Amino acid sequence: MEGKKYFFDKPENLKRFFRIFYGILAVLVIIDVAFPLIFGHKHADFAWESWPGFYAVFGFVAFVILVFGAKYILRPLAKRREDYYD
Amino acid sequence: MINPIPPFAVYIIGALLIPFIRNSAAKRAFLLLIPVVSFINLINIPMGSHFIVPFLDFQLIFAKIDKLSLIFGYIFHLVTVIAVIYALHVKDNLQHVAAYIYGGSALGVTFAGDLFSLFVFWELLTIGSVFLIWTNRTQQSLNAGFRYALYHIVGGLVLLSGILMYVHSTGSIEFKEIGLQEGNLATYLIFIGFGINCAWPILHPWVTDAYPESTITGIIFLSAFTTKTAVYALARAYPGTSILIWIGAAMACFAMVYAVIENDLRRVLSYSLINQVGFMVVGIGIGTNLAMNGAISHAVNDILFKALLFMSIGAVMYRTGKSRCTDLGGLYRTMPLTCIFCIIGAASISGFPLFSAFVSKSMIISAAGQGGMVLLWFLLMFASTGVLEHAGIKVPFFAFFSHDSGLRPQEAPSNMLIAMGIAAFFCIFIGTFPGPLYSLLPYPVEYHPYTMTHVVTTTILLLFASLAFVFLLFAGVYPPEMRAINLDADWFWRKGSNLVVNVVTAVAGSIAKGLDHVFIKTLPVKLAAFSRRPISGMMKEYKNINVTTGPLPETNSMLMPAGVPVLISVAFILILALVFLL
Repeated sequence: MEGKKYFFDKPENLKRFFRIFYGILAVLVIIDVAFPLIFGHKHADFAWESWPGFYAVFGFVAFVILVFGAKYILRPLAKRREDYYD
Repeated sequence: MINPIPPFAVYIIGALLIPFIRNSAAKRAFLLLIPVVSFINLINIPMGSHFIVPFLDFQLIFAKIDKLSLIFGYIFHLVTVIAVIYALHVKDNLQHVAAYIYGGSALGVTFAGDLFSLFVFWELLTIGSVFLIWTNRTQQSLNAGFRYALYHIVGGLVLLSGILMYVHSTGSIEFKEIGLQEGNLATYLIFIGFGINCAWPILHPWVTDAYPESTITGIIFLSAFTTKTAVYALARAYPGTSILIWIGAAMACFAMVYAVIENDLRRVLSYSLINQVGFMVVGIGIGTNLAMNGAISHAVNDILFKALLFMSIGAVMYRTGKSRCTDLGGLYRTMPLTCIFCIIGAASISGFPLFSAFVSKSMIISAAGQGGMVLLWFLLMFASTGVLEHAGIKVPFFAFFSHDSGLRPQEAPSNMLIAMGIAAFFCIFIGTFPGPLYSLLPYPVEYHPYTMTHVVTTTILLLFASLAFVFLLFAGVYPPEMRAINLDADWFWRKGSNLVVNVVTAVAGSIAKGLDHVFIKTLPVKLAAFSRRPISGMMKEYKNINVTTGPLPETNSMLMPAGVPVLISVAFILILALVFLL
């Protein structure tokens, strides 16, 4: 078992995975920009929802804010040794 | 046709019979039979109130069947089947009994038509669930179980005092819409009593403290029943209570920040549980038909995908004995099926199209959008991204991918795989064909999740958030996993209680020391000396004070008979003791 190579042990598989991932993202960007042309008006409750790129930017930024908030604000405040309560 | 019995009864009777079945194959069959029989029993009870028992001047109603209680009843049966299959290998009778008592009391709460029987089942929930924690039989689980029990006992008392005041002021024990009433303390106490089981912020630590200490199989039951019965109770009694919107939004947002830095994956999922219940609480707070349906369908979906996630991490723990990110990693190699099930659970909770949260969480967010609640909408979208982070990516990534821990455990046992398979099937089935779920929802509303806008925007949101994960990971700024714990609101009662104990011991200790000094060390010696030679003793003191008077002769004639001074001193001590005691 020791020397056995599994799927992601091979760098080409990892590369292929990311190529597909970035490919899907690129297609999504195109769909998002061309949305009014293909499907017509977006059904939205708020104006900004129809802006092209809004959801992409929001998702990316929100994710980074969350991770940074957890890493740089909460962790310094809350982190203790595992035996803190013992 | 046999007459049906109250919905909770099959579980409770079944639970009590489990220890009497010796043959292990028969026991497994019996365990599986209980929820099936119970379900058949349930669908044979017609709509309306049944099993009405007179009690004092009131009427207890053990089966109030309407669409709201039924959908919770259905999902509780389904998750019992899944969790029981997952736990079939467990030999410990106590765990099975506790699970069925717990499940039965969840059904009891769900179908209770009056506040008294609701309260009794509410307490029974605590008893059943605490045994699922204690049966892990570690020192940590014992301690966590006690903290959990204390918390729920206090919560139960708050609820009970609310119920008693409410019944006193209204004269009715019917469990129906209550709503917060200005100046009516009872309605607030019941509200908070429900809130403790619902894991509201600050009232939440019992979830993240105790759940990760429970047994591998017990946590599946735990994740399904307590918080969801509380969601049901809130949906029944407090729909459209606007404060719930902000309580829910706080739950959805704060818990996930903890989940990001938490190391123990079962604790990550416990934070995730709070986060998801937050969405439901928001839905109940908005209170429109769409929002209520969203909250209820999300409760159904959450029970399934949270069970699936807990089961996959439980399977990892069963095989490796570990549940911390720092100890795990790379397990996709030898546990591929568990890994796939975990990813299905992760995709479902994140709300990818074709997976279950896509058709339920979106109802709540749409309801916020339709109500024009801008801030709430942004908070919920932020929380949706956070769900993807901690449950959608973190849980599968750190368990099954990430660094290679070198562990090469076997694939999960077949009963666990079957249980995960059933849960995964329902996650995808509901996500792809939401029609059957929607038809069970209590409020009439038209909602179509599969619009082009919704599919495209959700996919973009989730995949670009995933892109952020890739960037952060490759840039080396993603917070590394650490062997550490994170302080939470339970600090106040874990350290706070220590403080109280320390202060009380210090104060009481110094009083005791003073008393000890006076009554045990000094006084008896003086009294003994005094009683031996009362007069000369006094004379000696006198002598000490008036040194100049010169020595006085000590003679034996001054000694009293022995009995008298003893009597005097005992009487003296008794009087002092009386004074002290009074």
